[in-house]
Amino acid sequence: MTTSVPATAAGPKKGKKVHQIGSKTTTFGVAAIVILALSGCAPGSNTAGAAQPDSGTPTANSWFDQTQFDLENAERTATFTGDPSTPYLQYIEGEMVDPAPFKADGPKKVCFSNAALSNTWRQTGWITMNQQLKVLQGQGIISGMETRNAQDSDDTQVADIDYFIKENNCDAFIIAPNSPQATAPAVQRACDTGKPVIIFDRGAGTDCETVFVHSVGGMAWGIDSATFVADNVAKGGRVIALRTAPGVDVFEQRWAAAQHIFDKAGLKVTDYITGADPTKIKSTITDEIAKGDIDAVWVDLADQAVPAVESFEDAGKDIPIVTGEDSLAYLRAWQDKGFKGFASVYSAFQWRTALLATAMLFEGKPIPKDWVLPQVPVTKDDLDAVVAANKGMPDGHYSSFGGENLPGFPTVWQNRTMP
Amino acid sequence: MTTSISRYNTAPLPMRVRVLRSFATPGGAIYLLLAALLIALILYNPGLAAPDQLMRFIGRTAPVAIVAAGQYFVIVSGELDLSMAAVIAAQVVLAGNLIGQNAARILPVVLLMIGLGAAVGLVNGVITTLLKVPSFIATLGTSLAISGLTFYATGGAPSGNPVNSFRAIGRDGFENVPILGFLPYSVVVLMALVVLAAWLMRKPFGRTLIAAGDNPVATSLSGASVWWLRTRAFILSSLASTVAAVLLVGYAGVSPVVGDGYDFAAITAVVLGGVALSGGRGWLMSAVAAAFALEVLFSLLSFVGVASTWRPAVQGAIILVALGAPLIRWRRRAFSASPGIPVASPAPSPGEEVSA
Repeated sequence: MTTSVPATAAGPKKGKKVHQIGSKTTTFGVAAIVILALSGCAPGSNTAGAAQPDSGTPTANSWFDQTQFDLENAERTATFTGDPSTPYLQYIEGEMVDPAPFKADGPKKVCFSNAALSNTWRQTGWITMNQQLKVLQGQGIISGMETRNAQDSDDTQVADIDYFIKENNCDAFIIAPNSPQATAPAVQRACDTGKPVIIFDRGAGTDCETVFVHSVGGMAWGIDSATFVADNVAKGGRVIALRTAPGVDVFEQRWAAAQHIFDKAGLKVTDYITGADPTKIKSTITDEIAKGDIDAVWVDLADQAVPAVESFEDAGKDIPIVTGEDSLAYLRAWQDKGFKGFASVYSAFQWRTALLATAMLFEGKPIPKDWVLPQVPVTKDDLDAVVAANKGMPDGHYSSFGGENLPGFPTVWQNRTMP
Repeated sequence: MTTSISRYNTAPLPMRVRVLRSFATPGGAIYLLLAALLIALILYNPGLAAPDQLMRFIGRTAPVAIVAAGQYFVIVSGELDLSMAAVIAAQVVLAGNLIGQNAARILPVVLLMIGLGAAVGLVNGVITTLLKVPSFIATLGTSLAISGLTFYATGGAPSGNPVNSFRAIGRDGFENVPILGFLPYSVVVLMALVVLAAWLMRKPFGRTLIAAGDNPVATSLSGASVWWLRTRAFILSSLASTVAAVLLVGYAGVSPVVGDGYDFAAITAVVLGGVALSGGRGWLMSAVAAAFALEVLFSLLSFVGVASTWRPAVQGAIILVALGAPLIRWRRRAFSASPGIPVASPAPSPGEEVSA
């Protein structure tokens, strides 16, 4: 591998010998590997063509939390206070924050520690947030926003937050945590400055923040689409669940809730972890199609749905139920191909709300401490209207982007240039 | 075993003997492994015995087989290319963002991709050979640079799939082909490239490339330009990644994670195919067969029904066993055979015990 002369000079001698002295032991070794490959990894004795023995580990998912499940299940259909035409300002009645300590005169500077921009949902929210920023700057409430992108790294985000604290010219911290537990100490340090701390999207693992902005949640996301599957597939039906990554709370919560519902409905579920890699998704679904008819494919992320749909097309099969998310790529595939679909939503407009919440504190307006925003899934009935309303938007756009009444609509979202 | 005498016999052994013996080398045994895995897969999934299903299966393994062939050129020349996954990801995103929904852009963008692929290979080659940076560091560096540029250009997520006519090459195929029924374009591309690569390996380029991997000093003294041989190997490798990227955009669509793990898969395939990591020894076709065998294995795992959380661990363990087990056998024999050229050593001498 390296160009070091002595190493390569020694190579050929060994090589020649190897070629000359063949032996049965190698073939034996290879045979052993094959046997291992066939038997060693087969749980139970499973003969050709038999149904798969594993349906995950029913009810033993450590991410499942009945209290949280019940809470989000209730909030899914709760009554939200505020004008339904501005869902990014709606909330569920509860404890309010006293804004008096944060009221400010003149424009203030906001520092934003962002977990990442590595998926289309975050990018869509980020564009909306920047357009909202322009409005607030124009109103003289916020002077500017300094942003640091942690690129999916806990360490980077902790460093980013500490940088902001040390810099000492932030009037408010907005934090979109990468993972709740890992960033908790840094968030605590930000709280200790006495400046308002606005958390949104994933939780912060502490409760020192001034306000936590989020739409109902990951479990509600999973409950919505899994309930659709359970309502439309008969007991004993075969469901393939495509999971993006293990151990990431966003995905684990969606899956934990869905798994709970599938188990209760008596569905036979096989789950796969795909890393949202379309190549793996297509291979996986193609193999599953070969095993027998599939009644539904449930996904935990928008990006997984379209490759799954294509696998059925490529195999010349009818497309069964394939759930998804409110990304335009999925919504359009659903409309064009006419299969049974359902789009769970994790409201992208919360990016805008985080900034508005900050501005309201500066203005001295009370806001809810746990600001729960509505998350309304897209169903068959709304599909045509939603797709029509987002005409001209790129495939990576999300219908819950919430920027219809902001300047730059629709071209800024159509061009999709990252600010 | 019986014929250390054959060293003195210049006449080639009969074909039958040579073929049989080759099965006992890593490069030959891979075909047995492949056959066994294929039979097992067909037992679990009888549908795969139908020619069109088998063709579709080969079609979906074409990208990784092509990448393995590209990596073979680099490894056999005594280097390593760790930039393949980054090249694939960059090219996939490039195709998605530049072609978009405009079919007229297909040709210029493909030409741009090929040019970019060749340029990356050239940079890898020159840094490795002329600047003498070890190739795994050099290619890791270019890989980071390419990923960084892709990230910069896309902000981390690309805009969407390119027009369907461009995706056809990785997704569609010839319908109603006699016997086969369906022949994916990707299989045709794979066949054409494998034939081309095999032809290259029989040309003076291929012969001296192996010599350069075996003994660069001797090759250089014999008048061949070792740096240019190796640089061309890097260029071929990056071009192979580019072709794989085109097929993957078609098969799977645009995503920044497409290509993840492809350099590992390619190196695994090349080593599993019996090619020496230090270069200078191994067969192209065995590397391609090994890439195919790995894909069959992964597919088999999903048919056997290994739980999703276990699957990566099982895959890793099998790869380690597959790579490790034969190597242990070979090394031991290489050691025990090393002292001189005994006719048939009756009992190991004490000295041998020590050396082994």
